[in-house]
Amino acid sequence: MNYRTIAGSIAILLVFLASWEWGPAAMGMPEYVLPSLSNVWHEFFIMWQHSELLKHTLITAAEVLLGFGIGAFLGLAIGVALGLSPTAEAMLSPYILALQIAPKVAFAPLFVMWLGYTIYPKILVAVLIVFFPVMINVLSAVRAVDPDMVNLIRIMNASRWQIFRLVEFPSAMPALFSGLRIASTLAVIGVTVGELVGGNLGLGYLLVDSEGQGNTAGVFVAIVGLTVIGIVAYAAVVFAEKRVLHYMPKANLATA
Amino acid sequence: MTSTSPVYVVNESASGESTVAAGPDSSNHSKRVEIEFRGVSKAFAQKGQKDAPAVVKDLTFSIRKGEVVSLIGPSGCGKSTLLNMGSGLYSATTGTVMVAGQEVKGPVKRVAFMLQKDLLMPWRTIQKNVEVGMEIARVPKAERQAVAQEMLHKCHLAGFEKHYPFQLSGGMRQRAALARTLAMKPDVLFLDEPFSALDAQTKMVLQQDLANTLYNEQKTALFITHDLAEAVALSDRILVMSSRPGTIIEEITVDLPHRNNPLERRKLAGTGPLIGRLMELLHVGDEDAMH
Repeated sequence: MNYRTIAGSIAILLVFLASWEWGPAAMGMPEYVLPSLSNVWHEFFIMWQHSELLKHTLITAAEVLLGFGIGAFLGLAIGVALGLSPTAEAMLSPYILALQIAPKVAFAPLFVMWLGYTIYPKILVAVLIVFFPVMINVLSAVRAVDPDMVNLIRIMNASRWQIFRLVEFPSAMPALFSGLRIASTLAVIGVTVGELVGGNLGLGYLLVDSEGQGNTAGVFVAIVGLTVIGIVAYAAVVFAEKRVLHYMPKANLATA
Repeated sequence: MTSTSPVYVVNESASGESTVAAGPDSSNHSKRVEIEFRGVSKAFAQKGQKDAPAVVKDLTFSIRKGEVVSLIGPSGCGKSTLLNMGSGLYSATTGTVMVAGQEVKGPVKRVAFMLQKDLLMPWRTIQKNVEVGMEIARVPKAERQAVAQEMLHKCHLAGFEKHYPFQLSGGMRQRAALARTLAMKPDVLFLDEPFSALDAQTKMVLQQDLANTLYNEQKTALFITHDLAEAVALSDRILVMSSRPGTIIEEITVDLPHRNNPLERRKLAGTGPLIGRLMELLHVGDEDAMH
C-alpha cells in the first residue's frame, strides 16, 4: 500500500464518520432511528460504566476464541483424516454436504435448550460454523498434494507417517489458512447468534437488551464491539499466516 | 577407467549370466550389472479390464556400474513408466527388474530420482530440502548438515543454504534438486528429463556438472531425454524406444571421448552424425511424426 491509497482510505473513513455525525440530523432522522456518532460514543461510556461493557466484550471474545480454536482443530483433524482416506470421505460425503448446507446458526436455540443460558451453547455454535470451511479446505488440499513430490520421498523410503509429516501436512498449510480466515469471521457470527437467542452474557445479550429498551445507540455500540472482535480475530489469523507461510512469494498472500 | 571403452554386451540376461567381475563389492573397476530389465512389460489395467494394452513390452537391457545410458523415444512411449518401475514406484506386469543386485519390489536403497520439476518443498530452505532424504533415513543432524553443505557447494549453491525455493531462479532450483539427489549418495540415478525446463545455456552448464559428477564418482545413470544432442553429449549408450507399446528398437554405442565433458564432446566431429542417426530412428521431420 502506498501513501496515496492510505490517504484515500483515511479520507473515506472521515467522510463516513462525518456523514454519520451530521447526516441523520440534516435529513431530519430521529435519534431513535439513527443516532449520531457522538451519541453512540456517549452511549459507549454509559455502557462502559453501568452495563459492564468490558466484561461482556471479554466474554464474547473468549467464546469466539474457544469456538474458533476447537472448531479449527476439529476441522483440521477431520479434514486430514478424510483427505487421507478417500473411502471414508466417499461414505460420509452426503452427510457432510447435508450438514454443510444446514444453516448452522439455526442450531443455536437447540443448543441453548440443551446447555442452558451459559457460554457453552455459544461456543458450540461457533465450533459448528467454523468447522466446515476449515475441514473442506484441508480435505481438498491434502487430496491435491503433488503426487510427484510424494513419489520423490517414497523413493527415499519414507514411511506413511513421514509422507504425511514431510509433504502432505505442510502442503495443506496455505489452504488451512484460507479456511481459517473465513472461519475467524464466521466464529463471531456463530457466537453472536448464540448470545441473541438466550442468556445474559456477552455483546449479543447487550444488543438484545438495548433493543428491548429502545436504545438504538446501545445497539450500535454492541455491533461495533462485535465488529472489533471480528477484526481482531481476522487480523490474528493473517498475522499467524504471515509467520507460518513466510516461505510463499508475497504476491500469493492476499493482503489483510 | 581411462577413456570410454564401450564394448558392452547387450541383452546379456539371455545368457543367464549377469555378473562379470568378482563379487558385488569389488573395486571401482568392477563391471557388475547395476540395472537390469528382463522381459519387462507393464499394462495399467482399469477396473474389470482383463487385457489392458501394454504401455511398454519386452524390455530387456542391462546397464553396468558406472555407465550412463540415455533413453530416447517418441512422447508417450513409456519412458517414464520404465523409470518408475526401475525406482520401485510401480511393479512390472511381467518380467523382472533388478537394481543394485536385488529385485525391485518397492523403493530400493541407494537409488535416487530426479525429474523435470525440481520438486523442492517450498516450505523448506534449500539446505533443508537437500537434507530431506537423510532426514527420512534418520541420519544425525550434524552429519546431515555437513553433507548438505558439501553438496550445495559442489552444485555451486554455497551461500544460498538459508534461501527458500521461491527466491531462486529455475536453474538454481534445479541445481538444488541435483544436490538433493546426490546427497542421497546414490549408486544409481534415474533422471527423467531433468534439464528440459531450463534455458539452453543453463542446461549446458548443468549437464557439465552432472556429467562430471557421474564420471568421477562412477555412478550409474539412466537418463530420459527428448534432447538428442543431450543424449549424445552425456551417455555411453543410447537406447531408442518405439512408440507405444514401447520397446527398445535400437541400441547405439556412443563411441566418443569426453564423457565427463559434454561441452567438449558436443564439438566433436562424431557428434553430428550420431544425432543424425537418432533423428532418423525417431523419424524426426517425417510427415506423420510431425502430427
